[in-house]
Amino acid sequence: MLLIHCPYCDESLPEMEFAYAGEAHIARPVDPNAVSDDEWRDHLFVRSNVRGPHYERWRHVHGCARFFNAVRDTVSDRVLGTYAAGAPRPSLADLGVEE
Amino acid sequence: MSRYRIAGKGRVDSGQPIQFSFDGRTYDGLRGDTLASALLSHGLHLMGRSFKYHRPRGPVSAGSEEPNALVGTTRGPGRFEPNTRATMQELRHGLVAESQNRWPHLKFDAGAVNDALSPLFSAGFYYKTFMWPRNFWDKVYEPVIRAAAGLGRAPVAEDPDTYAARYAHTGVLVIGAGPAGIAAALTAARAGSDVTLADEGPEIGGSLLSDPGISIDGQGAWDWLAARREELDDLGVTILTRTTAIGYYHQNFLGLVEKLTDHLDEAPEGAPRERMWRIRAGHVVLSQGALEKPLIFDGNDRPGVMLAGAAQTYLNRYGVAVGERPVVVTSHDSAWYAAFDLADAGVQVPVIVDTRDEVRDDLRREARLRAIEVLTGQTVTGTAGRLRVASLTVNPVAGGTVGEARTFRCDCLLMSGGWTPSLHLFSHTKASLSWDDEAKAFLPDKSIEALEIAGASRGLWGYGAALTDGAAAGRAAAEALGQAAETTSWDVSGDRTGTGLSHGQLPTDRAPSRVRAFVDYQNDVTAKDIRLAVKEGMRSIEHVKRYTTTGMATDQGKLSNINALMIAAEALGTTPPRVGLTTFRPPYTPTTFGAFAGYHRGAAFEVTRKTPIDGWAEAHGAVWEPVGQWRRARYFPQGDEDMEAAVARECRAVRAGVGAFDASTLGKIDVTGPDAAEFMNRMYTNAWTKLAPGRARYGLLLGEDGYVRDDGVVGRIGPDRFHVTTTTGGAARVLNMMEDYLQTEWPDLDVWLTSTTEQWAVVALNGPEARRVLESLVAGLDISADAFPMMSVADCTVAGFPARLFRLSFTGELGFEINVPARHGRALWEAVMESGKAHGITPYGTEAMHVLRAEKGFIIVGQDTDGTVTPEDLGLGWTIGKTKSDFVGKRSLARPDLVARGRKQFVGLLTADGATRLEEGAQIVDDPDQPLPMRMIGHVTSSYHSAALGRSIALAVVENGRDRMGETVHVPMPGGSVAATIAPGVFYDPDGGRAKL
Ligand SMILES: [Zn+2]
Repeated sequence: MLLIHCPYCDESLPEMEFAYAGEAHIARPVDPNAVSDDEWRDHLFVRSNVRGPHYERWRHVHGCARFFNAVRDTVSDRVLGTYAAGAPRPSLADLGVEE
Repeated sequence: MSRYRIAGKGRVDSGQPIQFSFDGRTYDGLRGDTLASALLSHGLHLMGRSFKYHRPRGPVSAGSEEPNALVGTTRGPGRFEPNTRATMQELRHGLVAESQNRWPHLKFDAGAVNDALSPLFSAGFYYKTFMWPRNFWDKVYEPVIRAAAGLGRAPVAEDPDTYAARYAHTGVLVIGAGPAGIAAALTAARAGSDVTLADEGPEIGGSLLSDPGISIDGQGAWDWLAARREELDDLGVTILTRTTAIGYYHQNFLGLVEKLTDHLDEAPEGAPRERMWRIRAGHVVLSQGALEKPLIFDGNDRPGVMLAGAAQTYLNRYGVAVGERPVVVTSHDSAWYAAFDLADAGVQVPVIVDTRDEVRDDLRREARLRAIEVLTGQTVTGTAGRLRVASLTVNPVAGGTVGEARTFRCDCLLMSGGWTPSLHLFSHTKASLSWDDEAKAFLPDKSIEALEIAGASRGLWGYGAALTDGAAAGRAAAEALGQAAETTSWDVSGDRTGTGLSHGQLPTDRAPSRVRAFVDYQNDVTAKDIRLAVKEGMRSIEHVKRYTTTGMATDQGKLSNINALMIAAEALGTTPPRVGLTTFRPPYTPTTFGAFAGYHRGAAFEVTRKTPIDGWAEAHGAVWEPVGQWRRARYFPQGDEDMEAAVARECRAVRAGVGAFDASTLGKIDVTGPDAAEFMNRMYTNAWTKLAPGRARYGLLLGEDGYVRDDGVVGRIGPDRFHVTTTTGGAARVLNMMEDYLQTEWPDLDVWLTSTTEQWAVVALNGPEARRVLESLVAGLDISADAFPMMSVADCTVAGFPARLFRLSFTGELGFEINVPARHGRALWEAVMESGKAHGITPYGTEAMHVLRAEKGFIIVGQDTDGTVTPEDLGLGWTIGKTKSDFVGKRSLARPDLVARGRKQFVGLLTADGATRLEEGAQIVDDPDQPLPMRMIGHVTSSYHSAALGRSIALAVVENGRDRMGETVHVPMPGGSVAATIAPGVFYDPDGGRAKL
């Protein structure tokens, strides 16, 4: 069971308190009507499926109930860092991770 | 004393005899025995038959790696356990054990015919033999395989035992209480660490328990152990014995199973049988030791053939000589010590056969002192004996040539092919391993977890080395936790160091096709099978494993994996690391379902949510149905009514008079804030801006993909407040989805979302008499048809309780839903029932509710929809706010596939014969006589008997269904195809006049 650091509660807590919520930094188009069918399809269904550091969303559902972002290595399943929803996508160096 | 028991030897208590039975015969053993050691003390090696060939087998080990000596044990009804390792089962009074995989009995087994037919069962036989002819699979192969399959017999009765579970945190967790583990625990505990030490055995000591001749700091091994145990206790170390670490998960989270009662003569009433520990450790020390490898030669599976280290354990720990004339065959120094110990205990060891050309002089000298003949540079080419090994044949090997055979009579063959470091838990962490070509073993490389690995589990050999390494690991663990630790050192005398050589299959002079050299005992895989797999194109060890099933038995190849790998690598002409190592997975040893389930069984399996009205329903004979975690009243049978009769009566009551329904489980979300209307506009398909406070509307929620996710009536309470209802099962999902959009897409909106599902109790009143029942209870509100029309909502008082009253209908009749604070739910219900008495009020359950709504063609999300259904497919296009530029899912509704013709549309179905009811989920076709596989054009989503219509009705999704009204389709069923006519989905009161009364 992972320990996940909630950036709002500022505590590392058991995975049981959290719910996974898919890949991060996929913004809903401001005007969905203005995008093509292919662009909309990509927005809905196409994900990066990363091998390695994956930027993803989690929700501290049994805690503060807020959504935040995490970077998780999909090979080791280790959470490399977490940050608030809406914050810019950090580099691995920002998270203090050696590449 | 039993014949093979050696007085004065072992840790068993000769003053405490214990009676037990095996295959119906009574034996005696001693306190401290395992089932295996007790049977061996009577000279009994034959303990079971193998899985595939039903070959006679005896114990090959003395530990949890045992592949052969698997037995069924029982302790009364429901307490039968198959595949218990006889080597791990501690003897207890009255233990009843039976051998497995034999019929009619162990010494004569009809299934042994498989052994004679073994050419049919070679590698990949499942894939080859059963391919043709096709219909033989169903009629012949599968029934035969099913009858023969299974290791042991499965228990049939429910397990009456309880199982416990506990979470714990510890500073340092040490796995394995052999010398390295004890040294690590002591060192860390002396530094002040909070230490937990776990071992699968009943006492700490590991290999030292089998080597009493060692002395440490001038103390005999066993005295040293006793003193260290005392010191560990004094230091406050938590010692978990009979506790197997089964899995190593992320961030030093480990699962351990502690056996609590299987060793007790009498299990205390109500005591849990096992306990699952889930421990988060600051630092972990793995000191699981090493497992001895069998040698691979023809006939290496006869009862009496066992690992030399096991024989040493049976002798020193249990005081049992495994035979009267054991011969030793080895490629490692360690087996020599086993021979010496046996000889010193008075057992005649005629010969030590070593595969190596060169052997240490001191070992040769010790052998000579004991008059043991020594043969080096040898191979074993065969054994003989039917139910027990009786002889072995050895040949010299020189320059790759196998020389003249010599045969030795024996009743035991003690082998050692070297030792494999136990890296199972280390590998669970996805750690990397490195191949040591010298030792022919994988050694630990890197892990991302905070752990140390010490002693024999990282390839070190000898007690001095293990103690030193364990202490270093304990120090590193303490220091990682910020504690200053000191290095401890111990002075070991009489240490038994050693090295060895590793082989694949031993050289032989026999025709390879005639050699039955077993690699995996439990799955009956031979060296020949592995070579055959390579010959037939398997390259990776993962493919070899699946093709031959080597390493796939319940022991996960603890003894066989490295041997299999060496043989595969030889056959491929490459090195073992290039062939690869199979992945170790939890659990380390087979684990009971009970341990995993723990407290989560019966009523505690999951939460049962009950409404405030549940107690009334229970008192009035409700039959329950689970809906999500809720239990809901399905119907209220009267007298000896069956479900059909009760539901028909409840439906008639609602249509003709009035019924009351507990709707408290409906999901409810309070949406409040200055931007509440804007938020609702963006979430739901409907337009909300113009909905006036006091009015309600049916709302439809889509996913961003355009498919229906949920629905429910939404009331506008004020300009900035909505009372949203959701499906019973969808409440949490809908709130999560709303929160997601609010927090991450539209954080600029000023809205608060609050789940109020459990704050409101809801009583639904439906039927033409509903208003008359309610009138006398309502205060502060005119509920006449004109003043409080359909789809109204208002706060008022009902039966003296503050209430939020909706006028809506999910049945098609005049209907109200009374929401009161949950604590008043039961009192409100009783007041309604009292008031309704004069009008013949009838409580109804979810089943009648389903029938009533189906008569009206109202959907149930999740029953009539399946996540691929759009509003248009349902005929609910009218819910879409046409002027809205955006809402969740809107863009998707314009995707080509969602506007294409040929989509499945929601319609009614009427069977020709009203007595025939279609089956929910049944597939629909146009032509029931078309060839298989038929083209399916839809399926039945809901189907009931309608009391109002006096016939069956069904709802379905059918391709282009709305354009096909009146056409006939077919529903093929096992008993024959049923014809049905496509009809509008609204069967009852199509104009909807009754709800507007
Ligand atoms: Zn939080």
